[in-house]
Amino acid sequence: MTQAMAQPPAETSPYLPRVGRIDEVRQFTETDKYFRLSFADGQGIRFLPGQFLEVSVFGIGEAPISLCSAPGDQAGVEMCIRRIGDVTGALHNLEAGATVGLRGPFGNGFDMDEAAGKDLLFVAGGLGLAPCRGFILDALNRRDEFRRVTILYGARTPSDLLFADDLKQWDQRDDCDFHVTVDRGDENWTGNTGVITTLFKKMPKLEPANTVAFIIGPPIMFKFAVLEALAMGLRKNQIYCSLERRMKCGLGKCGHCQIRNVYVCQEGPIFSYAEVMRLREGI
Amino acid sequence: MLPHILPKENFDDFVAWLMTQGRVAAPVAKAPNFSFDVLVDKDDIARIRMDYDVTILPPKKYLLPSYETLLDFNGPAPENVRAEIDARPTVLLGVHPYDLHGLQTTVAAFSQDPADASVLARRKATRVIGLNIASYANDEQFMADMGTVDPPDGVADLFLTDIGDRYFVEIGTEAGSEMRRACDCFRPAGPEDHRARQEYDERKAANFKKRLPYHVRYLPELLEASYDSLLWDAVARRCFSCGTCTNVCPTCYCFDVHDNLNIDAASGVRERMWDSCQLEVFAEVAGGENFREQTASRLRHRMFRKGKYILERTGKPGCVGCGRCSVHCVANISILEAFQQIAGEAAEMHAT
Repeated sequence: MTQAMAQPPAETSPYLPRVGRIDEVRQFTETDKYFRLSFADGQGIRFLPGQFLEVSVFGIGEAPISLCSAPGDQAGVEMCIRRIGDVTGALHNLEAGATVGLRGPFGNGFDMDEAAGKDLLFVAGGLGLAPCRGFILDALNRRDEFRRVTILYGARTPSDLLFADDLKQWDQRDDCDFHVTVDRGDENWTGNTGVITTLFKKMPKLEPANTVAFIIGPPIMFKFAVLEALAMGLRKNQIYCSLERRMKCGLGKCGHCQIRNVYVCQEGPIFSYAEVMRLREGI
Repeated sequence: MLPHILPKENFDDFVAWLMTQGRVAAPVAKAPNFSFDVLVDKDDIARIRMDYDVTILPPKKYLLPSYETLLDFNGPAPENVRAEIDARPTVLLGVHPYDLHGLQTTVAAFSQDPADASVLARRKATRVIGLNIASYANDEQFMADMGTVDPPDGVADLFLTDIGDRYFVEIGTEAGSEMRRACDCFRPAGPEDHRARQEYDERKAANFKKRLPYHVRYLPELLEASYDSLLWDAVARRCFSCGTCTNVCPTCYCFDVHDNLNIDAASGVRERMWDSCQLEVFAEVAGGENFREQTASRLRHRMFRKGKYILERTGKPGCVGCGRCSVHCVANISILEAFQQIAGEAAEMHAT
């Protein structure tokens, strides 16, 4: 106290991002772009499906973006970003070669080891396919650790479908059952039409007591898809969802993402339906 | 460590010595209220009001400033971004027990993994001189219920009790012990001093009546039992969602982060600033969905944070009973009154 306190190294600030380089950008839809990034420090990243990064464009701000690539130890990450606010708008203006700030990964994520030996049901609605894709790729990469794998995906129109290459691949694989629907088709659309719950009738029968479901999409889709899953006999603690909140700091402090006494950025965003029910303000 | 005595005639010298140790923030008049303010020079010592009742803002602002720079940047790209931590040596002088508890809660919240380097660095650079109180400042306070009439362990380095022409000084930390040794304003306490301190406590015990109709240990459960009560809707009809209550709260710590550009429209700073869960857009996400759209849901969230959530997360009180939120509320919403009412609400909810 008699002399100025030594300042801790500022590098310990949890707000200081790493430098991420955009290696590839692809336009998915009118509002959604795909980004592949790597880390300038060459250190890579380890993450679980369902986790997210805080992405910075300095002068604009920071936004939480879910990781959509295969989890584990990776050199880089993939993200599918919808242009919906200031930061995502600025990200959409960036091209390959540009750099952005990356903090994370944040959130609990989900360890697919917990679902080993089970039937897997993925239900993705709209942009929910982005976080869901991490789970799906993980499952397909370790295919023999799981029993039946079923993927249901719904979008508003054919031009809103994301990850066209993946969809084609999943459709062609004979070790997973893939169904897609759109709310409204167009003149070229020959596939299913209707909300995502209509796909539940088309999928093969799963063993309900031995199935883990991941239902990721807008809250309204979650409500109806959960009803279907429960009607099938799935258990409340075996149905998982990803809750969207305003995860500003990622550190369980700023309060924006708080639901009751849970900080979604740390203890979520992946919750079982049983946990969501206990939270009451979840969905 | 045995207590000492700071004769009031030495008080100015004591503060002058403190000012050699770092910036000193002390209670001063801000008519018709009081506020903690940094003393600019020795002339300011005369402004100190050790007889203040309660300040407008708690001293939390020296650990979590209303605005603070987190990062410095040169342009949109993340290269050469520098983290900033402003942790100047600071002495907080004259902090009442409930505010000592508030500081403790703030530090506990920011210590939780992942810890906040800025707040912890400032805490490390801060010395705290507590000041005892013998009575409530107003009808909205309920420290006796919240267990905050006496100081928490290890927060105040020195703790002063006014016993007439002198302060009885308790030494709470090793740093406090060093201060006592380094500054020659103190003398050891004698039997007379001890007796005066005992009498102070007796007066204090007689003054601090409990104001909740139940023991505070039941507060979290009573809140939970009142979750669906119409009480929140009823109170919310008066609420303007202005956020004054959270701004003056010693344990509120929600914040926002935004980028502030310089005139060159490229370089700037990323700042953290106080935010309020009472503001309408607080829980709104990009795209417009708002997860606490109703005033009642936001008001209930604040009451639950104060009476339940923060306590459950940090083990420290989320409300210290200082009454500031109620005194400053433009709609006269009283947290004491709400906490009093939930006992009945919970019983009714339970009966049906």
